[in-house]
Formats: sequence, C-alpha cells, structure tokens
Amino acid sequence: MTSDIILFLIQDGIANGAIYALLGLAIVLVFAVTRIIMVPQGIFISYAALSLSWLESNLVPPTAWLLLALGLLTAGIECWQARRRPRAMRAPLVKYVVLPAALLGLCWLLAPQDLPQMARMALALALVVPFGPIMYRLAFQPVAGASPLVLLLISVAVFIALTSLGLVIFGPEGVRTAPIATASFTLGVLDLSAQSLWVVGMTALLMVLLYLFFGRTIAGKALHATAVNRIGAKLVGIETNAAGGLAFTLAAAIGALSGILISPITTIYYDTGFLMGLKGFIAAIIGGLLSYPLTVISALVIGIIESFSSFSASLYKEVIVFSLILPVLLLRSLGRRDIGEDEQ
Amino acid sequence: MTSRRILLLIVLAGLAVAPAVLSPFMVTLLIFIGIYSIVALGLVLLTGVAGLTSFGQAAFVGLGAYTTAYLTTTIGLSPWLTLLIGLGLTAAAAFVLGAVTLRLSGHYLPVSTIAWGISSYYLFAHVDGLGGATGITDIPPIEAFGYPFLTRESLYYPIWLTVLVTMQLIVNLLDSRPGRAIRALRGGILMAESFGIATPRYKMAAFIISALLACIAGWLYAHLLRFVNPTPFHLDAGINYLFMVVIGGASQVWGAVLGAGILTILQNYLQDLLPHLFGQTGNYEAIALGVCIVLLLQRTQQGAVSLLDRLLPPPPAAPPGEVTAAERLPERPPLPPGTRLLVVMGASKRFGGLTAVNNLSFSIEAGEIVGLIGPNGAGKSTAFNLISGVLPLSSGEIRYLGRRIDNRSSRRIARLGLARSFQHTRLLPDMTVIENVMIGAHLRSRAGILRALLRLDRAEERSIRAEAARHLHRVGLADSMHLAAGSLALGQQRILEIARALCADPTLLLLDEPAAGLRYQEKQTLAALLSQLRSENVSILLVEHDMDFVMNLVDRLVVVDFGEMIAQGLPEQVQADPRVVEAYLGGIE
Repeated sequence: MTSDIILFLIQDGIANGAIYALLGLAIVLVFAVTRIIMVPQGIFISYAALSLSWLESNLVPPTAWLLLALGLLTAGIECWQARRRPRAMRAPLVKYVVLPAALLGLCWLLAPQDLPQMARMALALALVVPFGPIMYRLAFQPVAGASPLVLLLISVAVFIALTSLGLVIFGPEGVRTAPIATASFTLGVLDLSAQSLWVVGMTALLMVLLYLFFGRTIAGKALHATAVNRIGAKLVGIETNAAGGLAFTLAAAIGALSGILISPITTIYYDTGFLMGLKGFIAAIIGGLLSYPLTVISALVIGIIESFSSFSASLYKEVIVFSLILPVLLLRSLGRRDIGEDEQ
Repeated sequence: MTSRRILLLIVLAGLAVAPAVLSPFMVTLLIFIGIYSIVALGLVLLTGVAGLTSFGQAAFVGLGAYTTAYLTTTIGLSPWLTLLIGLGLTAAAAFVLGAVTLRLSGHYLPVSTIAWGISSYYLFAHVDGLGGATGITDIPPIEAFGYPFLTRESLYYPIWLTVLVTMQLIVNLLDSRPGRAIRALRGGILMAESFGIATPRYKMAAFIISALLACIAGWLYAHLLRFVNPTPFHLDAGINYLFMVVIGGASQVWGAVLGAGILTILQNYLQDLLPHLFGQTGNYEAIALGVCIVLLLQRTQQGAVSLLDRLLPPPPAAPPGEVTAAERLPERPPLPPGTRLLVVMGASKRFGGLTAVNNLSFSIEAGEIVGLIGPNGAGKSTAFNLISGVLPLSSGEIRYLGRRIDNRSSRRIARLGLARSFQHTRLLPDMTVIENVMIGAHLRSRAGILRALLRLDRAEERSIRAEAARHLHRVGLADSMHLAAGSLALGQQRILEIARALCADPTLLLLDEPAAGLRYQEKQTLAALLSQLRSENVSILLVEHDMDFVMNLVDRLVVVDFGEMIAQGLPEQVQADPRVVEAYLGGIE
C-alpha cells in the first residue's frame, strides 16, 4: 500500500463517511424527538436518487404517484378524525392532497423538458421530503406514546413495506445520476473530485444549520424540549405531534439530500439506502444517540475503515464495519453502573 | 375437563393426524412452522418474558445449520455429535455477544442484534469452505436407531415432538425460581436486584437459552433440506422471527406457535395471491406484511394468543388462601432485642452543588420501628436510596450489623437481610399476587435453571409457595392470592410490596413512603398491619412525610429538613420540638 493509495482511500472514506454522518445526524434527531429508531432512514436515499434518475430520463418519477396516493390516504384519515369540524379539514387537505397533486403536475409538465440538473435535484428533493411527515402521521403518530420496542417494530415494518414498495415502483436496476460538478483538482498526489467536495461541503453546512436550528430557533428549541420530556413539552404548549412531524420532515430532507449527493459517486438500488442508513446508525449508536459531534466523527471513522477494508479485504468489508460496534458497546457497558438506574 | 384442556387435546390430535389427512404441501408448511416455532419459543422467553429484543436469532439458526452442514460433509461426523458441537459453539457465541451487549439497556441491544445479524450473514456467505452463496449440499440425514430420516415427511413427528418438549421445558422454567427471576427483569433491574436477583446472570441465561433453541432449529433445518445457503439466515429472517412472536403474542409459549403458523401461512398465501391481484410479479407480500404489522401494533400489542385467551373461559381458580404442607424455608436466627442493626454515621450526598443529605446520623436496634420523616423535598428519599444501595454516598458511612454497606450494591445488601418496598410500587402486574410474593424468597432458595427445566425443584417450589402464602395470610391478602397483581388497588399493592419484602425473611424492613397517595381507609388498613408487625417484633425503618400516620406506630422519630437532621427522639418529644413545628407548618415571623 503506497501513500498515494492511502491518501486516496482516506479521501474516498471521508466522502462516504460524510454521507453516513448526515444519516447518523438524522437518526439522532428523530430519536431525540420521538424515541423512534429510524430504521427506514435509508429509504429516502434510494427514493431520492431513483426519482432523480427518472427525471434525468425525462420520465415522471413513480414517487410522485406514490406520494399522491399516500397523501390521499393521510388526508382521508385526517378528515375522518375531523369529521365534525369541517374547518380543521382544510390544512390536511392542502398539505396532503393539494401539495402532492401540485408536485405531480409539476413533474408532468417539467419532466419532458431538458431541465438544468439543479432543477431536477430540487424537484427530486421536493418529491421525497413529504414522505417523512406522511410516514410519521400514518405509522407513528397513532402510537406516539408506546414503548420503545413497539416503536422499533413499527419502524422495521415501515422499512420493509417501503423497501418492497421501492422494488415494485423502481424495479431492481441500479442507477447513477449525473454529477453536480464534473471538475477535479489535483492537490499534490491527490485527485479530488468536485463531487466529493460537494458531499463534504454540504455535510458541514447541514451540521452548522442543524446546530443553529436547535440553538437559535423556537421550532428547534421546541423539538429539543419534546426530546427531553414529552409530557412536559405538552404541558408548556408544545404540540408534540407537530414536533414529531417536523423531525421526520428534517430526517427525510437529510436523507433525500444524501441520496442526491451520493448517487453520482455510487450506484444506487432500491435497497442500497438500508446498508448506508445502518452505517449512519452505527455512528449514531457510537454517539450514544445523543451527541451530534461524536456521531459525525464516528461516521467519518466508519467511512475510512470501510474504504480501507474494501481495499484489503473486500469480501469482509461489511463484517468488519458491523463488528466495529461491538468493542464500542463493550466500552460503553464497562463505563456504566448497571444498578439503580431507572429505565423509564 | 376444562375447555382449555379440550382445545389442547384437539390441537395435539390435529398435529398427530395431520400427515395422514393434509396435502403434502400443507405438511411441508407445518414442518417449517414447527422449526420456526422453536426459534420463536426462544424469543418468547427472551423478548416476551425477559424484555430483551433480538433481531439476530437467525444468526444462531445459521450457526447451528452451518456447523452441522460443514462437519458432517467434510469430516463425516455424526449429526448427533455436530448437534452437541453446534450447541457448544452457539452458547459460546451467545455468551460473548451477551457479555458485550446485555448490560446495555434500551435500544443498544436490538440495534446491535441487527448489526451482528448482518455480519453473520456475510460471514456465512464469504468464509472459505462454507460454499459461498450456493452453500453446502449433500448433508447426510439424521439417523436414529439405524433408521435414516431421508424424506421431509419423516421429520414431521421428530420436529413437532421437539416443539412440544421445548414448550413444556419453557413452561417449566417460567414456573420456577429462576423463571420468576427472569420474569422479574421486566419489573426493572432495581426491584429484581433488591431481592438479591443477579440480573446480569438471568439476562444471560435467557439469552443463551434462546440462542440454543435457535441452534437446534438450525440443525433440524439443515438435515431437513439437506443443504444450506446463507439466505435463510439473513437479517430478514431474524426480523421475521420477531414478528412471529409479536403477532402470536410474546408473553405466552403458545404465542410462538400461533405466530409462526399465522405468519408462515399468511406469507405463503400472499405470495401466491397478490401477484395475481396486481397482475405483475413483485414482493407484494412484504409490503402487505409491513402494513399488517403496523396496523396490528397500532391496535393491540398483545398478539393473537391473548385474543384466544379472551374467547376461552378462564381456567378455574385455585381456592384462595390454601397453604399446602411443605418443609419450611430456612430462616435467619432471630437477633436479640437491642442488637444494633443499622448505623448511619455522617452520611452526606451531594448532587453537583446541591446537598440533598447532609451529615445524617442515626441508628436502629433490633425490634425497633424508627420513622424517618420530613416535609416534601427534605431528603428522605435520597437517604432511603443511600441506605438501600441505590445511590453511592458522597461522604460518611453506613453499617449494617457492623458491616459497611454504603459501598455495596442493592443485591449484596439484600443478602445481609435488608428488604425494601417501593413508593412507586414495582410489582409484576401480569403475575399473580402469590407469584409476586414468591420473588421475595429468591435468596432463601437455590433451584437453578437446569433443575427448573427438569422439574427437580418441586419440593423447594412447594416450600416457597407455602412461605409466600403464609405471608399473604399475615398481611391479610390471602383472598387475593391468585389474582393478577395489577388488578389490586394501590393500597393493596403497597401491602403486597410489604408481603414480598417479608417473604425475604429480613432482619430489617425498609418501607419507602408506604402511605403516600393512599385513601383514608387504606391508610387505616396499612397502619393496622404495621402495628401488627410491630407486635411481632419486626424491625422497620419507615420513611414517611405524613407525621400523623407514623406518630402512633413508631418507637422513635428522626426528622430531616433540607437534608439535615433537625430532631430525633420519642414521637411526643419530636412533635413538641419547635424546629419540627416550623419545618412542617412554616416559621412564625
């Protein structure tokens, strides 16, 4: 292994690690607010990348139809629950019917045109983000107060349903989308592609934004309060269901953005998002589902270890990455008093 | 004969005649349901009973299957030998994984099971000699008494026999001392530890047993199909096993079989039906399954078996209050009155800048009832937690019978003869009243898991039951003996907590605000019980904020306020103490 290769592997690892970091951040965010482990986080990657590729082929992405279908279902439920208060029906109808319908119409109009890549990305993003709040509304909100195990099982079930749905609507073929920027620089011995710089840059930007969001805005503080104490937050007038929906919206946005950023570098299949999400997950676990900086650092380390192990022991790449979690958990368990702590 | 028993006989008869009357396809389906049931049974113990979630059981199934596949095909070992080797390997693997993850609470365990579920799949697929994605073929059949089980149908009876035997073993285990310890894990680590239950050990036991069951299922699977490949041991399968238990009902053994049956049949039919409906191929059954699980969990979290339970008439209750003759459990020799039990010397506890307890000193002698009282926020609960080993001291020391206990865990303190109650009652609501009390006798009995599985513990079990019944009579709850603990009113639950503590044969009883939140009538009943215990020379430390309640019960009072002791002495003296009056009623300016 020469130093060139080492540098290349590190660069590669950091680009992948940055994506894991984004996913890890989304997972920590959702967990902190809702106590839900976001198993379907990787779905947004696949859905966004595949939708983008559909747009690149001048087709209306199937996600647009799916979104409208799920939106109608959600609106139906909302309206049924608000059947005695017709005024309360307006907001869900706009959110879950008008918006998806508008997006579908937009796709219909724009897909056949030769759009600039940035516009396609924006459209793909807009198509995938609403899946977040709809997912929360349909699957999780009815059981928001349930035990963590129930939430986890629902999370896994949602993941299974959406992955299989992904196979049905997108088919089994993998896609690569056009890069945002094709330039590459030479820095000493290192070839830097503009796309990896985009990935790393966007990750850093998002982290700063998240930091500002939680520290400086009312919505962010409300999310944080819900994370700390659901009942307490409710008592001071924070709408916890809205907080959950917001957390899922952010998670979907982060996931979709990751998908759009990574799809020019890696081939994305309908189920690729799962393994990526899981690595983000392990980063989140190492961060204790709590610390954003620690999550980012461990995600980068996971990315680098992964790129080294795919170079020297490619068959065992996944084994090495997933076995990483064990020593970390061991350290955590040693540093903990196991008695006298209430699990509630 | 009860309707439950009739139903059981019908099910058993149905299983017995199934191969003769059902189509070969259905028989094959039943064979797989049997194998899945064995794995699901392990999960009932692990997830439903002990409250530990694992998505990684498929990895243990794979370990069992690959061990036998590899060893029987390469070096030609007998399948019976490879079963033992597989069990050994599985136990070792489960031990290592458990040692790393079981002490972690909450989400770490399920998530790490996902991680190892995935790694093991890649291991099976990539380790040299395991045949990669094609796997290992030509596995020899199992042979017993010279008869080789060559066809799938020939394994029908052995597999279902294994299911029924395993089921009985798990039932045996749950109705025993170690079983109660495992069930107590759900009531919180603290409660279990306070009665001397070594929670890490029992978590590990549940984990290893469930892994071993998975390994047996894997062994059967390998010799049933006569080939193995990595696919059936993927994370998906692990998730499926967990779903089986959730669908069937995680808290009862029949839930495992029911869940395995429902899920397997459902998946099979959906696989055939849905592509017809939609006119194209695709894994629609997974979509349907995901949606079904979400809907099911949104409606109920009890599973199909509880539905069945509600349809059937309840089993006839045992007559309340019976005490069977049995050998008495060992008892501690009574301490002579006046023996110094608990000595608290200069105990302090600081949380950061806040001093919750400051320089607290008092002592309790055998046969005494001492009340530790103070207004809300005075530091009583902190003091209680220091004595019961929940919190470490910042400075000072606490001795019990001359031995330092402030550096000991709750479990080791329990061994010295202290038993406690909880202000927020920590009972196991689904267990009967008497079973809850029997947990108290954990340290006074010995039966281990093996004896429990094989029912060699019955004599001791009778003694424990008789002892628990005796204490229920003592506290006046004998009539509720066979009710679910969760159905009792709060006042009765507090009394049940006391009975459970008494069942530990303690030399000192620690009661944490037993009267808090009780109605007047309930307080009267509790007070009557405490005066009765007083007449029986039980030593008690009673932590309370209700001064009227303790006034006529205790020999001495220790009054704390703002973490400091402000008065100590006979109830009348303390009541007249101006500092106490001020603490309770506010100062007179």
